[in-house]
Amino acid sequence: MIPFGFSLSPSSVTDLDKVDTRRYRELLRLEPGAATCIGCGSCSATCTSSAWTGMSVRKVILGLQRGRDVEVDAMLRGCMLCGKCTMVCPRGINTRNLILAAMRISKEDGK
Amino acid sequence: MIYQGKQKIWSDYQKEIPDDHWFYVRSCIRQNFFPASEKYFLGICRDMLGKDIYETEHHTTCGGIAYHSDTIPQETAMTIVARQFALMTEAGYENLVASCITSFGNYTETLETWHEFPELEERIRENLWKACRREFKKPRYVAHASDLIYKFRGEIAARAKYQLVDRESGEPLRVVEHIGCHYSKMFPHKGVGGAEYPCVLSGMAEAWGGKVIDYPERRHCCGFGFRQYLVKANRGYSVSNTHKKFESMEPFHPDLIITNCPGCPYFLDRWQYVISEMTGKTYGENGYGIPVLTYEELAGLVLGIDPWDLGLQIHQVAVEPLLNKMGVPYDPETKYLGLDRKDIMKPGLPTFLKCC
Repeated sequence: MIPFGFSLSPSSVTDLDKVDTRRYRELLRLEPGAATCIGCGSCSATCTSSAWTGMSVRKVILGLQRGRDVEVDAMLRGCMLCGKCTMVCPRGINTRNLILAAMRISKEDGK
Repeated sequence: MIYQGKQKIWSDYQKEIPDDHWFYVRSCIRQNFFPASEKYFLGICRDMLGKDIYETEHHTTCGGIAYHSDTIPQETAMTIVARQFALMTEAGYENLVASCITSFGNYTETLETWHEFPELEERIRENLWKACRREFKKPRYVAHASDLIYKFRGEIAARAKYQLVDRESGEPLRVVEHIGCHYSKMFPHKGVGGAEYPCVLSGMAEAWGGKVIDYPERRHCCGFGFRQYLVKANRGYSVSNTHKKFESMEPFHPDLIITNCPGCPYFLDRWQYVISEMTGKTYGENGYGIPVLTYEELAGLVLGIDPWDLGLQIHQVAVEPLLNKMGVPYDPETKYLGLDRKDIMKPGLPTFLKCC
C-alpha cells in the first residue's frame, strides 16, 4: 500500500437490520421503564463512577439497542449502585433495577 | 401533522431569490480543483440567460477557509467580508452571490452576528475604515451560486441537449446529491429546503431527468472538515468520513454525485483513489469510481458543452462511464489537451481505480 501517513478508521455505522437486540428485549421485559428513556444524559452527568470507569446508563441503553454487548458489559462493571441516576431521571425510570437487570442478563450470557 | 401545517413549515424554508443584478464573488480554491465551473456559471447566467452578474478583480478570499481552520479570529474574517461588501456597494449592487459554500456561510454568519450584536458591526466598520478607508451597505440579499442555478433549472432544462437518463435503458440516472455543510446546517432558513431536506441540488437533478437516491448517510459530512484534512495526522478522520458515505451509498448503485461546495467534490473525488489504494475497493461499475460533478459542470453537460472544455479531465474519477450513459459525445484523443491544444500531460494511473 502507498504510505499515505494516515489510515481508515473502522466505521461506526450500525446496521439495525443485522443487530442482535435479544438482550435489549429481555431488558424491556425486566424493566419496562427502559423504553421511556429520552437519552437526556442526566444519569451520566450525575454518575459518581462515570469519570473513572466510563459508566453511563444512557449509553448502556443505547448500547443494548445497538447490540454493543461488549461495551455494555465493560460499563456495567463500573457501577457502584449508588442510585443517584434514579434520583435525577426526569422520566422516573428505576435505573438501579435497570442496571441490575442488565447485569443479570449479562451473567446469564456467561459474561 | 395536518397537511397545511407541513406546507407552513416548508414555506419557512423557501427562498425568494431575486431574478437579476448580482455581485459575484469567486471561491479561493475552486478554480484549482474545477477550473471551468465558475466560468460556466457566468456563461450560463450572463450569456445564455442574459442576467446582469458583475464581478471585480479587486475581491479577495472571504477569509472563511482561515476562519474555519482556526488561523484567524472572527473579527478579521468579518473585516475581510466587510471589504467585499464595500466593493459591492461601490459597484452599485445590493444582491451578493457567492461561488463557495463556506463563503456563503461566512457572509451569512457575519450578517447574523451583526444582527445579534450591532456594536460588533460598528467595530468592524471602524476596522475597515482604518484599514482601507472604505464604507459599505449590507447586502439586501445573499445567495449561493447554486441557488441561482436552482432558480433557473427550468430554463436550463428547456435548453437541454442531454438528459440525466440512461440512453440505453431509458431509465433516469441515479443521482447522489451532497450539500455542503455551510449551506444550511448553520442557518437552515437561509437554504432552499432547510438543513434536513435541502432541495437545491435534488431540484436540479430531477428537473434535468435524474432520480435522486436516498441513503442512510445522505446528510453526513464529505470528510473535508477543514482541520480534519489540513493537519496531516488528522486525515484519517477525513478519509474515514468519506469511506462511511461511500459504503452507505454503494448498495444504491449511484451513477453520479452532484455537489455544491468546493471541498465536497474534491474530497469525494480524490478520496475514491485513496480508499481504492488502501482497501482495493472501487465504488462504480467495472472498476471505475462514481463520477463527482459540481452543479455547474452538470448544467454544462446537460447544455451540451464539451466535457473537456468543462475541465472534467481534471477529475480523479473518470467521467467517461457517465458520458456514455448520457450519450454525450467526447474525443478521447483530446482529453489531455488544454486551451490552444496545449498538452497538459496524462497523469499516472492508480493501482485499482480504473481511470480511462
